[in-house]
Amino acid sequence: MDGIKTTELVVFIFFFLLVTVLGFYAARWRRPDDLLHLDEWGLGGRNFGSWVTWFLVGGDLYTAYTFVAVPALMFGAGAAGFFAVPYTIILYPIFFLILIRLWSVSHVRGYVTPADFVRARWDSPTLALLVAITGIVATMPYIALQLIGIEAVLKTMGVEGEIPIVVAFVILALYTYSSGLRAPALIAFVKDTLIYLTIIVAIIVIPSKLGGWDVIFGAAEEKFGSGSGVLLPATGQLQYATLALGSALALFLYPHSITGVLASKNRDVIKRNMSALPAYSLALGLLALLGFMAIAAGTTPIGGDGNTIVPALLESQFPDWFAGVAFAAIGIGALVPAAIMSIAAANLFTRNIYKEYIRKDASSRDEAKVAKIASLVVKLGALAVIIFIDPQFSIDLQLIGGVIILQTLPALAIGLFTRWFHRWALIAGWVAGMGIGMLMLYNIARIDPATGEVIRAHFGGSAFALSKLGFDTPTTIYTGFVAIGVNLLVTVIATFILRAMNQPEGTDSTRLEDYFADEDDPRVQDLPLDIGEPEPVAGGAGRPRGPDPVT
Amino acid sequence: MAEDSSGETSALSTGGGNGHVGGETGDRTDRRRKSDRQQSNDRSAWNWLLLPAIVIPLLVPLYNRVEPTLFGWPFFYWGQLAFIALGVATTSVVYQKTKTRKNPDARSRPGSGTAERTGR
Repeated sequence: MDGIKTTELVVFIFFFLLVTVLGFYAARWRRPDDLLHLDEWGLGGRNFGSWVTWFLVGGDLYTAYTFVAVPALMFGAGAAGFFAVPYTIILYPIFFLILIRLWSVSHVRGYVTPADFVRARWDSPTLALLVAITGIVATMPYIALQLIGIEAVLKTMGVEGEIPIVVAFVILALYTYSSGLRAPALIAFVKDTLIYLTIIVAIIVIPSKLGGWDVIFGAAEEKFGSGSGVLLPATGQLQYATLALGSALALFLYPHSITGVLASKNRDVIKRNMSALPAYSLALGLLALLGFMAIAAGTTPIGGDGNTIVPALLESQFPDWFAGVAFAAIGIGALVPAAIMSIAAANLFTRNIYKEYIRKDASSRDEAKVAKIASLVVKLGALAVIIFIDPQFSIDLQLIGGVIILQTLPALAIGLFTRWFHRWALIAGWVAGMGIGMLMLYNIARIDPATGEVIRAHFGGSAFALSKLGFDTPTTIYTGFVAIGVNLLVTVIATFILRAMNQPEGTDSTRLEDYFADEDDPRVQDLPLDIGEPEPVAGGAGRPRGPDPVT
Repeated sequence: MAEDSSGETSALSTGGGNGHVGGETGDRTDRRRKSDRQQSNDRSAWNWLLLPAIVIPLLVPLYNRVEPTLFGWPFFYWGQLAFIALGVATTSVVYQKTKTRKNPDARSRPGSGTAERTGR
């Protein structure tokens, strides 16, 4: 298996260069009057139609890591890995009901980040800061994981060492810097075309080579034993359902999903996409089965790295040139979400930390400049984490990420519907949910299913045994689900207490009709009466102060 | 944040524990003026149709079985992929019933470059 696979590498590099050109060209695509505005750099002008949104959000949610890790999970654990399918089905009705309101209120009020909304809704910069930090912390390891996706592909092609990844990421960082959200939007067209092509070919060619689906499922059954594996064990069903639900709730709270949605031009574009985006779920479901195909084909992961299972399978089943196409699909699949995530994190830093705490009078030009630099810092940070710290650290963090981002659900998602909660109660709930979530994750050990040995004592997974809470059952549940339950409980109780104590509720600066507004409705910036959030239009715009204060 | 000093501030900010859940709390005339159209859109009975698409994929015992198989696939796998069709069907119907314009891209074709940029 050693040695560099030249044909594959050439095809891979060809596509990589293609998207690099596209990434830089994107700055001119749908050219705005002035790219130096956070609405332009960070949200692509808030003007994407149905097609662009489909590619952008699809490219954003279904990351390279997903495409590599889900089949790897199927390969290693069987049916439990298929949770990605119900997860990405229930996602869209939830988006449909909730994010559409966020789009409307953000459109009217000019919010760029979820924390912008939280600040205005609850009149609490502290709560907004917590939401922003939660978002950034949850997103960073997610970016790092995209690198693992690229790494898996490069390893399979026989390319070792860190320099190629550094080069890829530096190029990505540069065109994201210059083009903003337009870069991943444009690249997503290439990525998704390649992904669909790869999956369609894989799903037709590989089963026929291996002798049909009976053989594939038969091989999986043989590996896992008849009881569980191809089906879920009875004790794993609750975990399966709560993981799917918890992951779906977490995904739409992630800043990068919200960035993708806010970039669309009107409500109907979002609604329409909710019935078009599940095409990606179908692709993901089929891709997950590559894990079973790898079992049937007798594929072994390269160097014991489970994430290489899909690349290794494709490499063994496809002619070299097409394997190169498939690897390009995964590699570019890492670039799109990494770009969007870094933009989302940069927006959060700029709007909710820099402007809130460091320079209150920052103009929209200053904001865009700071955000561009922040996106570089975020990406280099992710790169450093992968190179200098064990990649396992990122996987653990990402596991934690899902649990912690869920803790913003009451302030953000429920806040779109009601302002019943007290703002300080939301903070108390966040603290409680975080605490419980961390404590539970810390106490989950990973146990080798075959030998019963403890592989990792802490942060070994997200399935929490209910027996640890005193229930007499072997059933497990998704940690995030328990944590958000505790969070909500504390929030409600604290709200009652704070009300009884007559603590100030703050002022809501959104109005009811904001939540239903559409493209043609007036935006706050356009109104002569400035009652909203946007920056002061004072003469500070063109001041020659550089974007240097990045901290 | 010295806003909300204008006349039409939010009724939601009066505090005091009146929990209104996302809807028709507005008793202000200025609010009625413009929101008739949109409110009927946002709070549609059609939205209930989305509920089965959220709940059914989570009912694991429903599909955690091998039979009936399809093309050699256990029900667990093809059944869940079939739920995708359920999700697409329900969101499509709700979109058709609640959309506000004939073609969301009407004023511009996506992907056609500069034509799409209409200044606000």
